Amino acid sequence: MHTNNDTVLSKLETGILGFDQIANGGVPEGRSTLISGTSGSGKTVLALQFLVTGVTNFDQNGVFVTFEESPEDLIQNVRSFGWEVRKLMDEDKIAVVDATPEPGQETIEAGAFDLSALLARIESAIRKVKAKRVILDTLGALFPQFSDSNVVRRELHRIHAGLRRLGVTTLITMERIDEEGPIGRFGVEEFVADNVILLRNRIEQEKRRRTIEILKFRGTTHQKGEYPFTIDSETGVTIIPLSAIELQQKSSGIRVSSGVAELDKMCSGGMYRDSIILVSGATGTGKTLTVTEYIKAAIDAGEKAILFGAEESREQLTRNAASWGVDFEKAEADGLLKIICRYPETMGLEDHLLQMRRDIQEFQPSRVAVDSMSAFERVSSVKSFREFVIGLTSHIKHQEITGMFTNTTAMLLGGESITETHISTITDTIILLRYVEMQGEMRRGLTVLKMRGTWHEKNIREYMIDNKGMHIKEPFRGVHGILTGTPTFTYFEERERLGGMFEK
Amino acid sequence: MKYKLRLYVTGHTSHSMRAIENLKYICESEIQGDYEIEVIDVLERPGLAESEKIIATPTLVKKLPEPVRKIIGDLSDREKVLLGLDLLPTGTPLTK
Repeated sequence: MHTNNDTVLSKLETGILGFDQIANGGVPEGRSTLISGTSGSGKTVLALQFLVTGVTNFDQNGVFVTFEESPEDLIQNVRSFGWEVRKLMDEDKIAVVDATPEPGQETIEAGAFDLSALLARIESAIRKVKAKRVILDTLGALFPQFSDSNVVRRELHRIHAGLRRLGVTTLITMERIDEEGPIGRFGVEEFVADNVILLRNRIEQEKRRRTIEILKFRGTTHQKGEYPFTIDSETGVTIIPLSAIELQQKSSGIRVSSGVAELDKMCSGGMYRDSIILVSGATGTGKTLTVTEYIKAAIDAGEKAILFGAEESREQLTRNAASWGVDFEKAEADGLLKIICRYPETMGLEDHLLQMRRDIQEFQPSRVAVDSMSAFERVSSVKSFREFVIGLTSHIKHQEITGMFTNTTAMLLGGESITETHISTITDTIILLRYVEMQGEMRRGLTVLKMRGTWHEKNIREYMIDNKGMHIKEPFRGVHGILTGTPTFTYFEERERLGGMFEK
Repeated sequence: MKYKLRLYVTGHTSHSMRAIENLKYICESEIQGDYEIEVIDVLERPGLAESEKIIATPTLVKKLPEPVRKIIGDLSDREKVLLGLDLLPTGTPLTK
């Protein structure tokens, strides 16, 4: 006998942003996938989105079987996402099977029974709308309706087999008690164990952080590990497929100006257009100025730029720019600049990322600046912060535009920060701004620490700030140890004198 | 007719047949001449099952007298059926 078990399972594209990427194409087609998560983890929204997106994006009709919430409540709840389930029902694109217990009505069990009626109703609904997608939400709510959970389990087995026979792709939601531990309750995982997705909603730094993990897809591949996701009224569930992001963006050789001519020279002709520049320095060293110059370069070239402010208000940013001779207000009026100020504390980093990506998508700038990136670090764990930076970086690179992030170092002299350690590998260019204490005077030094793919000057150059902006001067001579914060002076006179001793 | 009963079954399964048999027997012995039974095959009329939210089969629905009540199973537990149909004298213990 020949069995053909090694045929690769095909996937059904869900249309849920980011999901198909982490699922390597979608959910296993013609199979059931269990979505398990604690209360409030987003199971129902995800499942309904699968159904609605099926209709709107793929012209695949769906059946939704509800065990817990009444259809009216569900329809009402998801209206905020712009999903007009009622309308889709009227158009015979979505059919509902209401398997919720009747409130206040007692049911008496008097002998052996099965759930053939439920299966018959689901089948009839599938036939009615010619459904390709089915969701069962939330399976656990079926159990308390009957005294013997063994019977329910046995019957769910049959329904599961029935759905498979009908060739529909099913998502089954199931509530779990803890974020860790058993996948589901009532032992349902045993018959839908082929494909399991876990949703989590943990508290992290006093903020909720949602993640999705594909635990297994039998016979087919998927990305492993947890990926953050958000739920918002515009798109419903959006998954941020970080490590699944393909970091294979094309690198162009096109250069753009940093806005400071001397700095461009130090970078052998400017920044690469699709690169990320990190400007790192202590407070007051001129990071915001560097950003302003960089934005100004775009405006002068008639290109658009977005400035994300995370620490200062738009008034402050505008006033700062004006003090260096840059007119942000006019640029905004001309449609060349968009200043968006959001304090990091207002929402989770996933939401920030989603918003920023949307802003970039809408405004289509050629440059993006974030001042400061390190402000976001305050409100998150190291892991989410890194994910946030990777997510934003890859989006910017994907658009083939330039990004500049600033980073505030804790120490006035020298020093490094978590931001630097964690995101320096992601950025293409790092510019350090440092205070240098020399002969009782605070001066400022700038150096290009790294620049990917090109020669750059390695000197530490002194720079001045005045009402015309930034002016880069000569390299510091006779001093070393600036970056560590403890400069050591080598006296020219001494060296010259010693050198002279051996002449002749 | 005092008793208006509706019995939902799925095809001619053994559960279905037993339920019909049991119901007829109980009605004949308890409420002879005072009842009306409608047997509905869910496979043929899923719409009716949908509107009455039938999940399990067999399900006996006591439409009249009110309150409406659902009794699920093959009705082999005679006492439970009588209880569901309000035919047990009040105070009668369920088990002997």
